[in-house]
Amino acid sequence: MSKSHVHPEVLPQALRAEALEALLIEKGLLVASAVDAVITRYSERVGPMNGARIVARAWVDPDFRQWLLEDGTAAISQFDLEGGQVEKLVVVANSAQIHNVVVCTLCSCYPWAVLGLPPTWYKDPAYRSRIVREPRTVLHEMGLELQPDMQIRVWDSSAEVRYMVLPEQPLDSAGMTEAELAERVSRDAMIGVAR
Amino acid sequence: MDGIHDLGGKHGHGDVDYEAPGTVFHARWEATVFAMVNAGAQAGAWNNVDRFRHAVERIDPVAYLAHGYYGRWLGGVETLLVEAGLVTTAEIEQRLARVSQPQPASLNEHVAARPKAQPDPMGPPPQMAGSQRSMANPPKFNVGDRVATATQVLDGHTRLPAYARGKSGMIAAVHGGWVYPDDNAHGRGENPCYLYTVTFDGLELWPGGDPLMTVSLDLFEPYLTHVACPATDAQDAQELK
Repeated sequence: MSKSHVHPEVLPQALRAEALEALLIEKGLLVASAVDAVITRYSERVGPMNGARIVARAWVDPDFRQWLLEDGTAAISQFDLEGGQVEKLVVVANSAQIHNVVVCTLCSCYPWAVLGLPPTWYKDPAYRSRIVREPRTVLHEMGLELQPDMQIRVWDSSAEVRYMVLPEQPLDSAGMTEAELAERVSRDAMIGVAR
Repeated sequence: MDGIHDLGGKHGHGDVDYEAPGTVFHARWEATVFAMVNAGAQAGAWNNVDRFRHAVERIDPVAYLAHGYYGRWLGGVETLLVEAGLVTTAEIEQRLARVSQPQPASLNEHVAARPKAQPDPMGPPPQMAGSQRSMANPPKFNVGDRVATATQVLDGHTRLPAYARGKSGMIAAVHGGWVYPDDNAHGRGENPCYLYTVTFDGLELWPGGDPLMTVSLDLFEPYLTHVACPATDAQDAQELK
């Protein structure tokens, strides 16, 4: 389903970024190694593996699950997260009757500290324009078939509150350890474009 | 403002170009833009996230759609750096002429030849002061109240999307006091106000659409007014049948 992501060799915005980078380094406003630091932080330390640990904890610990749904911000404070963008976290739970999905139609707000940086499609006009209007169709196109009577709750992150979906635990994962369960949690399920 | 960024419900943007997890940055320049946004904030080119978001909204609308997320960020950071007097457009153009010259391959290696990832020289990511504020007055609305959203197009930066203007919904959560982006983005002060999650029935937003969906938005108190009329509830209930 994914189109190729081949880009022309040099995009005009890439050249302009390089020009501005050179200027900011000359002026002492940017340290050259800061770019590497950004890549390391968001490739290795800040990503959906953090949200997956939180979901797995909620699957094995009913008290934690309840706390997470009542006060997500406090519940995740024990997870030693970095990465920003989560001043207040609201976690919304899927059930057999309810499916949740998250978007930001005005920009691309996303809970970086628990899910990392958002995927390109989350930030592109197609997803942002359509998921608030025809979520069932968009989810179908993305490979998620929902029962016809499934209620869909769309969360448009229009202020500083950030949203994460708590997926249902897969039926075949009973008895797994918390670490094994974390491996089963996908980024897409925590956005709500998968179950 | 009725800008190109306000995409909710718009037609014509095609299919979602899905990509599986794995790639955080597709090219180095994207991470460069990310680092320059951090640097611009640290240099004081802007002092709050609302101002940055509004700068992204102000870029050329064609570029907004065509240049991708980091292209939009680049437009925002350049605008604010220039407006703050930290760089000039002429200076950027001079460097652009230099980097645009075809260069021998060896000279193009300077990016890849930089040191490999190492301990973060910038320290933790710049944390803007948080946006939550304590409020002296009580909230105007409570969970379960029916509210209507503003109908007028609000000038400048706003967090009331066009598709949720002039609609009726229900207060689902009260989030306490937060900096008001519509003022803060324009240097008119923080003017904190209550923030609410407001849930709208799908049919209220999209008549003839999916009856089994809701959309919830986080909306600031100045966008909202009470809807006290019980007839509205009855009418909504009728529509849902």
